[in-house]
Amino acid sequence: MNARTGAGAAGDLPRRLQAPGPRYGEKVIQGLLALCGALSVLTTTAIVFSLIGPTIGFFEVVPVDEFLFGTDWTPQFEPPSFGVLAVVAGTLNVALWGMLFAVPVGLGAAVYLSEYATPRLRKTVKPVLEILAGIPTVAIGVFAATFILPEVIVPLWPGEFLGGAAGKPFMALAAALGVGLMVVPIIASISEDAMSAVPNGLREGAYAMGATKMKVATGVVFPAALSGIVASIVLAISRAVGETMIVLLAAGSTPNFTLLPNEAVQTMTAYIGVTATGDISTGSLDYKSVFAVGTVLFVMTLAMNMISIRLVRRYREVYE
Amino acid sequence: MGVAGGAPSERARLASAGARATVAAVLGNQPRRDVALNAAFAGLLLLAILIALAGLVALLTQALIKGAPALSADLFTNVPSTINPENAGFRPAIIGSLELIGGVILFIVPVGVGAAIYLEEYADNSKWWNRLIEVNIQNLAAVPSIIYGILGLAFIVRGPLDIGFILAAGSLTLALLVLPVVIIAGREAIRAVPDSIRQGSLALGATQWQTVRRQVLPAAIPGIATGVILAVSRALGEAAPLLLVGATVFVTFDPTFFSADGYSALPVQIFQYATRPQEEFQALAAAGIIVMLVVLLAMNSFAIWLRNRYEQRW
Repeated sequence: MNARTGAGAAGDLPRRLQAPGPRYGEKVIQGLLALCGALSVLTTTAIVFSLIGPTIGFFEVVPVDEFLFGTDWTPQFEPPSFGVLAVVAGTLNVALWGMLFAVPVGLGAAVYLSEYATPRLRKTVKPVLEILAGIPTVAIGVFAATFILPEVIVPLWPGEFLGGAAGKPFMALAAALGVGLMVVPIIASISEDAMSAVPNGLREGAYAMGATKMKVATGVVFPAALSGIVASIVLAISRAVGETMIVLLAAGSTPNFTLLPNEAVQTMTAYIGVTATGDISTGSLDYKSVFAVGTVLFVMTLAMNMISIRLVRRYREVYE
Repeated sequence: MGVAGGAPSERARLASAGARATVAAVLGNQPRRDVALNAAFAGLLLLAILIALAGLVALLTQALIKGAPALSADLFTNVPSTINPENAGFRPAIIGSLELIGGVILFIVPVGVGAAIYLEEYADNSKWWNRLIEVNIQNLAAVPSIIYGILGLAFIVRGPLDIGFILAAGSLTLALLVLPVVIIAGREAIRAVPDSIRQGSLALGATQWQTVRRQVLPAAIPGIATGVILAVSRALGEAAPLLLVGATVFVTFDPTFFSADGYSALPVQIFQYATRPQEEFQALAAAGIIVMLVVLLAMNSFAIWLRNRYEQRW
């Protein structure tokens, strides 16, 4: 408090505590701020409405069961076939192999940072992981197509195993490793948060019983942080499923109902990205098919996001 | 120690030495298998970190090696070309990206901060609509970017807003995409301001808005600015939604905000160069990646610095 306001307050008559007017300005400001918050709900509503209209139009032409259970995705053929499982398989292919890479690497990094690293090492490594998280996916896609595929996968692939890997311009595994690299920071940072939130008393209790450091990390901290760890993995899968640029550049655009890592595949996102460019005509079946695939993608990622949000809330409730 | 002379203290010393020896005998010699297992486990964990870091380093060096031949000032002055890769550049794409980002900032700063203030300072969490907004924002943060492209195509370019394939449509699409990032970061920054400051301000007769405007917001600005920078850097690198809302490839003029002639953006241009098989275009794509990464790394380091420098511990 400075002297001036102190003196002024002391000299005046006692003030009434009610506001002199009803303060409409405050209400207007609160209304405007609430509007900003409501805009997010509006965005979701707009997304849902954008998807629903053309999707219904799509199902007036293509039977739902052909779409949901068909395994041929050939929109450009005559007659076209819209079996979404072909592109769903492409998405799962990339996500599956990407997670097989990213989960061990991300969790290993998280356990090391939370349980083993000195504070100084943690302070250096975490920003570097944040940098990795900030690399645009188009750069990772180029890296996957021009380095991971020819310089890492092809030399390491065991000969003619599953039909060989040499000479292929696109491969699900290349995109998967790129996507894996993209989600490692997500898994590492959320899991590390969850493990750091485990109270030290649990660790000390285990040490007092004679547990080794590894036993403490795997037997006490890991299970105690499990909901956060699972949440990070679910979120990472959701990111992998929704990634577009890496798969466009490295996985190709051949719909292929397979989970083999050395095949070229088309994911749901890649189909949308390739098909829905500026010159597509609004009413065409191709245009509507983009929205039908978008609906499947949206529902899949929404479900995973909800699970992940629930799980994160659970570990926060337990320890914070 | 040593309250009652020499003998008891000597006894205590002996006892503690004995206890120490016993503990060392029981726990000091861990079974060899345990020691080896622990070392192997720590090694594996370290390997995981090294793999992640090696991926990052390889990505950066690859871009440098492949992009070095094409790296010159021409990148910033020349227009793209499908025929002459040696004269091709990124000028319209870079200008397009700057304009896109300008629009994004104009949108996300007021709306994002407004939403964050509402949720932290005004919203009554027992009301279902406020909880709905909260869950909804968390969800939006994880919606795939291509879905925002669909939203932009069906809702902004066509449909209700119907503004056509113009740069403003791309800008609005990107702004909606990164809005949750700003809101979530803004809320954390506002939440970190201690309640005593609000109560002090209110006790002096300030209204709620005066409290927010003069006490809470100034204290939260570093955190909010960090969130805005991270959001902008995400918008700068995002290509997928722009493919759907008209960022056409080979624009050879400087794009403007509302022109219907089309526009381009740096990441989209990189993508288009990268899909061409010729060596020269690959080099151009790599050079574009270098330019983009330099800008992004500068922005992200600034954000991290800002956070560490101005982070207040109350």
